[in-house]
Order: sequence, then C-alpha cells, then structure tokens
Amino acid sequence: MPNGALKPSEKLRVAIVDDEPLARQLLREYLDADGRVEVAAECANGFEAVKAIAEHHPDLVFLDIQMPKLDGFEVLELIDPGVAVIFVTAYDQYAMRAFEARAVDYLLKPFGEERLWKALDRARERLAESQSVGAFPAARAELAAAARPPDQRLERVVVRDGSKVHIVPVGKLDYVEAQDDYVSLHSEKKHYLKQQTISALESQLDPRNFVRIHRSYIVRLDRIARIEPYSKDSRVVVLTDGTQLPVSRAGHARLKELLGEAG
Amino acid sequence: MHPIFSRRAWLAAYLATVAVGAILMAVLLRVAGRLAWLEAAELAGPLTLLYAFVCLAPWYLCRMLPLGTTHPLKIAVEHQGAAVLATGLWVAAAQLLGRIFAIDTGPAVIPYLTAVGLLLYCLSVALHYMLLAMQDSREAAIQARDAELRALKAQINPHFLFNSLNSIAALAVSDPPQAREMCIRLSDFLRRTLGLGEKESISWEEEIQLVRAYLDIESIRYGARLRVEMQVDGACVQCQVPPLLLQPLVENAVKHGIATMVDGGTIWVNSRLEEGALLVWVENGYDADAPTPRRPGLGLRNVRNRLETSFGSAARLTTQVSTQADHNVFRTEMILPCQTAH
Repeated sequence: MPNGALKPSEKLRVAIVDDEPLARQLLREYLDADGRVEVAAECANGFEAVKAIAEHHPDLVFLDIQMPKLDGFEVLELIDPGVAVIFVTAYDQYAMRAFEARAVDYLLKPFGEERLWKALDRARERLAESQSVGAFPAARAELAAAARPPDQRLERVVVRDGSKVHIVPVGKLDYVEAQDDYVSLHSEKKHYLKQQTISALESQLDPRNFVRIHRSYIVRLDRIARIEPYSKDSRVVVLTDGTQLPVSRAGHARLKELLGEAG
Repeated sequence: MHPIFSRRAWLAAYLATVAVGAILMAVLLRVAGRLAWLEAAELAGPLTLLYAFVCLAPWYLCRMLPLGTTHPLKIAVEHQGAAVLATGLWVAAAQLLGRIFAIDTGPAVIPYLTAVGLLLYCLSVALHYMLLAMQDSREAAIQARDAELRALKAQINPHFLFNSLNSIAALAVSDPPQAREMCIRLSDFLRRTLGLGEKESISWEEEIQLVRAYLDIESIRYGARLRVEMQVDGACVQCQVPPLLLQPLVENAVKHGIATMVDGGTIWVNSRLEEGALLVWVENGYDADAPTPRRPGLGLRNVRNRLETSFGSAARLTTQVSTQADHNVFRTEMILPCQTAH
C-alpha cells in the first residue's frame, strides 16, 4: 500500500537506518521530542532497512550512506518510490548524488535539532505534494542510476524480491533481458527481476565487458561462445552454457567491433 | 629526448665545450698526427661535431642499464660494445673525410683518434650516470615532500572527526560521563597527531599509543562490533620510525573491514622484533560481498610510499587476502629496519 497519503494532523512514521548505535540513539532522541513523529523502525544495516521499509511502510526514512551489506544509495534503489528519504552522513561529497536521486534533504553529522525540524518540514511538504500530484515521477532505480557518477562503473546489481535482497556481482552476470519496465538478470542459472529499464542498466555497466546485442538483450562478452547465422539476414549469439540470444544488426556491428573481425 | 635539448643554456654550454674540444683536437692532429694546420682544422671541425652528438647516445643506454640494479658485468660489456661501435664509426668518418679532403689519415692519425674516441665515450658514460643520479635524488626529494604533505593531510580524517563528534552529541544526554571520556580520548588523539607534523620519526611506542587512542574512540562508536587484539613485543617499542605508519593500516581495517560486517569483528595488531627488523602485521575480517574500494587504498599507498622514501628496498609492505572457516581475512604486513635513537 503506497504511502504519501499524509494528512497534516497525522503522525509522520519514520525509519532510522544507521549502523552506529549512538547515531541512531541521537536521532531517536531528537525525534521523540517531536510529538508528530513516530519511529516505526530502527535498522543497523542495508538488508534490515529494505526489509523493515517493505514491512512497516514508513513515510520517511533517515538513511546513512556507508553501511554494511548495502549502502544508502542501494537501499534507495530498492525501496518504494513513495517513501521520502533524508540522508544522514558525515560525508559531504554525496550531496549532489542524493538530490539527483530525489532525496528530500541531506543532513551532515553532527547536526542540531533546528536543522532536523527544517528537514522534517521539507519531508512533510514533499509528502503532501506527492499526494496531490500523484505518484513519484520515476522509479527510484532510474534516479539512483542516473545519480551514479559516470566514471564509476557498477560492481554489483541489487535486486529486491519481497523483503529479500539479492546481490548480483556484475562478474557473475551472464546476460540481461528486457521485460517491459523490468530487466531480468541472468546469473548462475538463476534469474532476478528488477524494476529498471535496460538502457539505464546498460549505461551503468562497463562497456568493455558488456554489450547490447539487441533492443532487449545485454550480454557479458566473456560468456559468448560463438555467433551463428540464424536465418538469411539474422544471427544468434550462443553462450558458453548453450543459451541462444538474438542479435540485431546494430548489435552485430557492436559485437564485431568489440571482438574484432574474427567474431 | 636528451635533457640537454630541454634548455637553451645547457645546449649553448655544451656547444661551447665542443668548440673548445674541436680546437684541442686540431692541436692534437697538428702536433701528434703531424698534419698541416689547415688539414687538422678540416678534420677536427666536422669530426668533433659528429662525436659531440655520438656522445649523447649513452643517455639512453645508461637509463636502460641503471647502476644499482644491473649486473656490473652487463654494464661493462654493453658500454664497451657501444664505445667500440662509436669509436669505429668515428674513425670511419675520419677516413671518409680524409678521402674527401685528400688528407693522409694513416697510421699517424688513427691510433690517436681511436684512443681519444674511446676515452671521450667512457667519460660521457660516467657523466651521464652522474646526471641520472642527480635527477633521481631530485625526484626522490620531491616524492618525499609529497608524501609528507599527504601524510599531514591523512592525519585527521574529517569524517572520523565528524562521526566522533556525533557520538559525543549522542552521549551528552544519555551518558554524560562517557561523553566526557570520549572528549578526552579524542583530544588525546588529536594532540598526538597534530604534534606529528614536524617530526621525522617517532618511537614505535608513540605510534602504538596513537593507534590505541584511535581504536578507543572507534570502539565507542562501533560498540560491540569492534574488538581489538593487540600484541606488542616490548623489544620493539624503542624503534624509531616515520610517524603514522600503523595508524592508516588500522584505520583501513576499521573502515574496509569491521564497518562492512553486520556483526563486526576483531582487528589483530601484532608487532615484534625479528633480526633487527620491525615486523608488523594487521589482520581483520571483511565482508567479501562488499563493493571493493579501489584497492590498494590511498592510506596503504601513502604508507608504502613513505616506507620507500625512508628505507628504499629495506622496507616492505604486503597485503594478503585469505578465507578462514566462515569469513574473509585481510592481512597487511610491514617490515622495516628498526633504528634506535642513540
């Protein structure tokens, strides 16, 4: 049940995500002083956060960035886009990325109560706005992906399955298949569904290792066993495990360029 | 490109030397080779100019055969071969010139040319090695200064400071005595690191105390997640070492190790004396699934550079990853000469 349906009189339900007990304690203390806020969950790492947010549906999450298991941005990719997010960190260098991913605010540790009230006001405004305008414009994964610095290639893809999180290292990613608004990630004979467009994922992957062979397929180069003609005018890629994937004309041109004429 | 072409003044000085050399050459040919003055000048001019360029060639060979790391026999053989080749070329040029100007370059001239050619070439090799040594020491000085600057910057990681202050803010209400304790520890750590800027070396004991102060603060921050096992052999505490060699390694262990694990883990620090060398290792568990920071990180590189500047090949820093029962272990090992203050 998407949230964001917040009336001014209602309590703001928040989750606190930070791996340091003292940092959580401080935030909780501040928030407890505000009668209009209710702390619905406290989490010490990224996995717990994704699970708790899926279960408790808070309106707002205070999110640390550097945590075990999943960092703050990965958590952001995996949670309901209707949840407002305020980053809380000692690092100032992620602020740009945070706002590009539509974070409500960015609190630098240590911060005082005044600054926190301001952030809470912003969160209430944002939640009211999203209620009147409707759903958030784009999937979080897209925004978080777009916010990633271009020189920083994706090392792993995070996928949520209910309240469970899967981490797929790109080294183990065989190929990706587009399925409407989702991508299906194939890795070690399993596949994971993630809400993201194939183009957004393509832009995050290292072009030296991955190639878009078709409108609907990205393949890891070293998984390709051979390229075979399919019909008069088309070809298929055969992977090392025998899987066959269609190759478009443009995809074949890209493949030839990457593998040399031998391909 | 030979460095002599990089500055006009150097090139001018070299050409002036060559001009003097040409005059001396002409005198030699006149007196020893018994040529007429005009003949001597006709030969000496072009020949000296030619050899002036030939004698720049050792620059490349000297760089390919650095003194410290190449076998002396190899250096001798290669340079002698080159010297013979250069001299042969020179003598052949002399004979060609002789034929053009109809000068007799027979037995009276050739032995002198050969001797001078070989000598000049060897002199050039020696001068080039000197030049390279000068360049190396200048580069080393620049590197040492850079390393110092980076060390100064690395002393206080601002995020460590901000996170610690945040912990103090939290404790101020919930546990005032602990807040006070943390203020004292943080001050202790800051005072120690701030004082390091001017020092070229500190005792290993001071470094250990610094690391303890650092770990004390992090223990409050991480609570039960951070456990420390430190073993320092009493024999090594008097060693004089450059400051901040161990602290960055331990900071790495916290940041890339303990902080990546949900339940935290133990950092082992061990140091002892072995055959006059200070042997140090730091071990910590880490989450293998965590996105790898650009290893080796800045901290490790910094320590490695400073070891290199201070001790050259006598010090070493190695890292190693292993898998134990149920988790991954990162181990950093450091060996450096133990110098004691007199």
